Amino acid sequence: MIHSLFLINHTGDIFLEKHWKSVIGRSVCDYFFEAREKAVEPENVPPVLQTPHHYLISIYRGKLFFLSVIQTEVPPLFVIEFLHRVADTIQDYFGECSEGVIKDNVVTVYELLEEMLDNGFPLATESNVLKEMIRPPTILRSVVNTLTGASNVGDTLPTGQLSNVPWRRVGVKYTNNEAYFDVIEEIDAILDKSGTTVFAEIQGVIEACVRLTGMPDLTLSFMNPRLLDDVSFHPCVRFKRWESERVLSFIPPDGNFTLMNYHVSSQNLVAIPVYVKQSISFFETGPCGRLDITIGPKQTMGKTVEGLMVTIHMPKAVLSANLTATQGTYTYDLATKVLVWDIGKLNPQKLPNLKGSLTTQAGTPKPEDNPSLNIDLKIQQLAISGLKVSRLDMYGEKYKPFKGVKYLTKAGKFQIYIYMFIFLENLMSYLLFEWLQCVLKHSI
Amino acid sequence: MSASSAFNDEKGGSSSVGEPEYGHDPASGGIFSSDYKRHDDLKEMLDSNKDSLKLEAMKRIVAMIARGKNASDLFPAVVKNVACKNIEVKKLVYVYLVRYAEEQQDLALLSISTFQRGLKDPNQLIRASALRVLSSIRVTIIVPIMMLAIKEAASDMSPYVRKTAAHAIPKLYSLDPEQKDQLIEVIEKLLADKTTLVAGSVVMAFEEVCPERIDLIHKNYRKLCNLLIDVEEWGQVVIINMLTRYARTQFLNPNMNESLLEEGSGGDRTFYGSDEDEDEDEEEKEKKAETPAMAKRKPYVMDPDHRLLLRNTKPLLQSRNAAVVMAVAQLYFHLAPKAEVGVIAKALVRLLRSHSEVQYVVLQNVATMTIKRRGMFEPYLKSFYIRSTDPTQIKVLKLEVLTNLANETNISTILREFQTYIKSMDKDFVAATIQAIGRCATNIGEVRDTCLNGLVQLLSNRDELVVAESVVVIKKLLQMQPEKHSDIIKHMAKLTDNIQVPMARASILWLIGEYCEHVPKIAPDVLRKMAKSFTNEEDIVKLQIINLAAKLYLTNSKQTKLLTQYVLNLAKYDQNYDIRDRARFIRQLIVPTEKSGALSKYAKKLFLALKPAPVLESPFKDRDHFQLGSLSHLLNAKAGGYQELPDWPEAAPDPSVRNVEVPEWTKCSSREKRKEKKVEKPFYSDSEGESGPTESADSESDSASGSESGSGSEESASRSESEESEDGSESEEEEEEEEEEKEKKKKKKELKKPVQESESEQSSEEEERKHQRKTKQRKSDSESESDEDEESESESSQSESEESESEAEVKKKKKAAESKPPSKPVKKESKKEKKEMSLLDLDDFEPAPSPQVTPVNTFLSNSLVTDLEGLSLSDTVLSPATIAPSSALKNYELLHRITGEGLSVEYCFSRQPFSPDANMVAVQMQFTNNATADTKNLHIEDVKLQSGMRVKEFSEIELLPAGETATAVMGIDFCDSTQAANFQLCTHTRKFFVSIQPPVGELMRPVFLTENEFKKEQEKLLHNLGQLMGMNEITEKLTLDMKCRNEHTIVQRVTTAANLSRVPCGSDKECRFAGRTVSSSSLVLVTVATKEEGAAQLTVNCEKMVIGTMLVKDILLALTQ
Repeated sequence: MIHSLFLINHTGDIFLEKHWKSVIGRSVCDYFFEAREKAVEPENVPPVLQTPHHYLISIYRGKLFFLSVIQTEVPPLFVIEFLHRVADTIQDYFGECSEGVIKDNVVTVYELLEEMLDNGFPLATESNVLKEMIRPPTILRSVVNTLTGASNVGDTLPTGQLSNVPWRRVGVKYTNNEAYFDVIEEIDAILDKSGTTVFAEIQGVIEACVRLTGMPDLTLSFMNPRLLDDVSFHPCVRFKRWESERVLSFIPPDGNFTLMNYHVSSQNLVAIPVYVKQSISFFETGPCGRLDITIGPKQTMGKTVEGLMVTIHMPKAVLSANLTATQGTYTYDLATKVLVWDIGKLNPQKLPNLKGSLTTQAGTPKPEDNPSLNIDLKIQQLAISGLKVSRLDMYGEKYKPFKGVKYLTKAGKFQIYIYMFIFLENLMSYLLFEWLQCVLKHSI
Repeated sequence: MSASSAFNDEKGGSSSVGEPEYGHDPASGGIFSSDYKRHDDLKEMLDSNKDSLKLEAMKRIVAMIARGKNASDLFPAVVKNVACKNIEVKKLVYVYLVRYAEEQQDLALLSISTFQRGLKDPNQLIRASALRVLSSIRVTIIVPIMMLAIKEAASDMSPYVRKTAAHAIPKLYSLDPEQKDQLIEVIEKLLADKTTLVAGSVVMAFEEVCPERIDLIHKNYRKLCNLLIDVEEWGQVVIINMLTRYARTQFLNPNMNESLLEEGSGGDRTFYGSDEDEDEDEEEKEKKAETPAMAKRKPYVMDPDHRLLLRNTKPLLQSRNAAVVMAVAQLYFHLAPKAEVGVIAKALVRLLRSHSEVQYVVLQNVATMTIKRRGMFEPYLKSFYIRSTDPTQIKVLKLEVLTNLANETNISTILREFQTYIKSMDKDFVAATIQAIGRCATNIGEVRDTCLNGLVQLLSNRDELVVAESVVVIKKLLQMQPEKHSDIIKHMAKLTDNIQVPMARASILWLIGEYCEHVPKIAPDVLRKMAKSFTNEEDIVKLQIINLAAKLYLTNSKQTKLLTQYVLNLAKYDQNYDIRDRARFIRQLIVPTEKSGALSKYAKKLFLALKPAPVLESPFKDRDHFQLGSLSHLLNAKAGGYQELPDWPEAAPDPSVRNVEVPEWTKCSSREKRKEKKVEKPFYSDSEGESGPTESADSESDSASGSESGSGSEESASRSESEESEDGSESEEEEEEEEEEKEKKKKKKELKKPVQESESEQSSEEEERKHQRKTKQRKSDSESESDEDEESESESSQSESEESESEAEVKKKKKAAESKPPSKPVKKESKKEKKEMSLLDLDDFEPAPSPQVTPVNTFLSNSLVTDLEGLSLSDTVLSPATIAPSSALKNYELLHRITGEGLSVEYCFSRQPFSPDANMVAVQMQFTNNATADTKNLHIEDVKLQSGMRVKEFSEIELLPAGETATAVMGIDFCDSTQAANFQLCTHTRKFFVSIQPPVGELMRPVFLTENEFKKEQEKLLHNLGQLMGMNEITEKLTLDMKCRNEHTIVQRVTTAANLSRVPCGSDKECRFAGRTVSSSSLVLVTVATKEEGAAQLTVNCEKMVIGTMLVKDILLALTQ
């Protein structure tokens, strides 16, 4: 299936290669580089490329390209998903997935890749199993290793692969037994100029950090499970229990993992925590425009909005911005034409405002481009959908674990259009058409 | 080897030896000379006793590999550490081996014994990892070893080892596709495995090796469905994709009754009112007309197995793995009844929040689905709304989906959304949006005018690309109703002054030309302007100018005659030949001259014919003939190895094939019945008549289930009595293996013929047909199989009774087989059944072909067997020295008669000293001229050899008449390596490229040593050579084949495998052999020490490591097979 993997940094250097079958020369990447040239942004490189003898499937993660070479038919998602799993594993091991980290730990990464695939087919992708075979580096261990020559390869054999609970390693022991669950929700929304919701939904994820001795069997139940519209689970979750009782029953992997993703879509339920009053206008004459943005709280359920940040992609013609913010700071990147206004905590008594003038390039016509506002925010201790965990029970072990649940709401893809209507508002109206004909007649 | 010696030379640090690899191959970028040292460093570190140093060295080497630097010259130093105790060093060595073994095959062989030892380890994880590395070393010589290892691992106790075996199958297959048949047997066995660990891997192997053998799945289908949810996620993807294909061949189309009511194509479309859709509808109606007719005949009831698949895959839509979700989605799309397909929409929409690459693939698939099943995604319309932060390719795909979802109820929202998009900064995306608006306009009649107006507005946009794209789309829209829109055309005519994009200019010109009667005043003026700028236009525009000129000339020649001629003259001297051609063609057609042909009368008809309006359709139309979610679907082109998704069958194949043997279990528990059969067996097999094959097949299937219940061995023992009596020393292992094979075969048969007895009444006819088909199908492979069998058998019998007598026997046997009438039913059976081979072969001993006399037959053959046994017993009395290995010389083919155009050449290693040069191996060649013409001047040319090798050619054979045979002897100095000698064999007319590759055993000549001498030499070898300490003794434990547990067979087998002579020896527990390599006269000492119960130890001492290792392999093989 997967023949080879090349890791390529943003400048186009191949800094790691791994072949699971016979070796394929680096020249195969030239096709990719060609496509990379063509696509201005790295995100725009097509994930699947066809070359005369191979197929190239790539992902872009952490400013790196993971490029795999395929020779025969294979579901492309299979490869993409696997490549992301590789990136996840690297992140899990070293804290981040970047060129520097991979170069520093090149041998460990290579060993990991060796274990993850066999002849191009995934062998061990569970982080618990991998960690049993190849221990993640810690500062202490690396010191000890250099002194004693010990290795970071586990000397015990990975028995996790053999069990029917492959995601959990055996013989786990902790002095403090704890299980934490973070319910994190993101609001994806598109608002139009007037603040009306065009589209809104909530993406939720439950991240778990479980450090429990032995083989605990956990059951997590919700106060209002009906809220969840669509869910996907970690393989450890017993699907049948969810279907029948709407509880999450599972033997958890050891350490951090994503227990479940969910989705709340019904639009009425989605509370939009802030509102934005904005006006961006450019004068027909003269090289300037005006900008005025105010943000205020809308439905925050009594919690404070933090980490508020507004990002605006300005039209290309905008040269500079001369603005004053009542709260926070703003930066305008001339190269990318991105205006970032970092507000911080939202104070409902004194609404933050950003106001001032924009300078456009002299001689160029008034920009027609449609700038859009992206909003970033955080609300602690609140799941905006109203989801609540009711209880966590543990079976199979005798001790009493420490349990905790945290809620957090974030803005995901929160976007506000600032568009101007050029089209007909009423589509069935032919008025404009008539008018157009008049105009055309007169103009000839 | 040469590389390693080069190392030793260099140790002094002489930088003058400028080996280029060292230069560009630094462990880390440094100065030239330091790299030399660094490599030596690494070597020294690897040689040291400290694990920490070794580890450090290996880490640096692996880092080099990871960076793509060449580290192959360290191979000898690294491979020595393969047996290192430190687990990480070991792992890194494995990593290194797998990477470079292919390049250094000879040296890689050194490591193999370590893995073979690992395969026997009591720890399952070690067994598995040994198999994994062994199978990852891509060295062709070890194919048989791999095959053995895989077979063994496939029946390992540990499911993890079995899983590894499944992984190894595709590796071996890619290394040597000729192993396919054997591998299929292993796959079949593993498919029956009941653990989740194995399921995914074996289906993967199935897909890579034999995806066409869908019949292997029948029995395992229900089990796979039930296990599916517990299989690891990657295996799930593979299994689901395979089951989709399977279901398409086995079940009926669940939608065949509903196809009339198809919502996606039928009901909704009628609203569209556009002409081209109606055409399509008609086509579809025709299609539908066929299906209901069929459906009426039989109301559709879903096969419970079909339902099982759908039910068991559904929960997997909740998987966190996008690939699994997609796999289930495509399964539902291809297999589920229309009413149920909807469930996948939500899951797919969920995937849209994943990484952009995932989105990309999912959107492609959703785009295809929305064409067929629009209703499914309509509720999720808003999820496809585009964000400014999406990458362009995602935007374009979302646009595609939105366009496909558009209908008259939601078009207003969609168009409003499109309006925002047009203002985007991403110009490619804007262009795509304009196209999308165009498509909505053609599809939905109500909004056509609105869209058109919107687009016309865009014509005044400041961005040229936007305008150009709009023009192109407007052109297409106007073509549908030109008469209404002359104003727009006029407006566009004005644009020619400003728009520079060639495609847009060309489109405008075409429009004006096409509808010049609507704009009679403007058109000539446009032509005038265009004529002025003609030379500066792009080719595509020029062509349209010519077209415009021609059309105007035909409608309005008064005003435009001169202009047209001017344009045509310009075009006449254009650089582009297309334009010149077009001009010439048009001039002939429209300008009346005395010579103008008949065509010019029709010029008007030609140019002013009504053109059909273009169809704006989705690029995803008809993509669903590729299995969704596949690479081929994504690329819209067949990828290598893609398995077509078969069409639904007209009538459902027999569902009982999926019945697992449960009913047979009970049936077979009545043992007596079977035994009866057994007794009858020989009669059946030899009785004439058509009933023969069927009957025997019956009893086979019976016994198959019997053997499963554990009584098989006993049974087949009694059955193959005669077989055993033939070669009495057949080993248990072999028997077991054979039995397994038998079992498999029987199972195969069972698949085809399930529960035959109980249902034979009703389905006998069908069964009969199936059976016939099967025999036909099987015949081809079984034929080759049986050939092999014959060969192997002849070989084994040869080895037992080495006397020429036995050979003659074999020949006789073969002859008899040939002379036998092929129509004999017995023979047919022998082809089908391996087990019966021996039985029937005994027939062949009988000189007269009279198979009817069955009892006599068996009797006769039995007596013959006892005779033979007696012979082989008497052999043991003979002194081993009398064994003439020459009788066992193996012939190799050098040139096949077909490639040699009639000339065939075989060669063997005659084991005679080559008199002209003692350092050469004598190769005896036999030339046979099978052609009708004489061959002249046979000689050798253009010898290509590895360094150090030499060849002494045979003297030219001047004439080889047709049908004649000639022999010649040539000498080759192989330099004690198994490298091939390549040369051209020339006749007076042709040259053939051939190569001779010696087995390692032929690279030596026997020497005669006494026992004491032998021991002395062995000592010397062990302790003398400090440098290679321990490397020149290779010891391997083995279990002797049943047949070769006596001293004499051992001697015989060893001497057949290698050209060695026996050393007399006091103990009868040890056999010793000695020889010297031909080129370098290095001693080769072999000891086989036997212990109880067939256990033995093989020791080879030789200073040439490679020779030693390979020799061990060969002798092992000879002794264990």
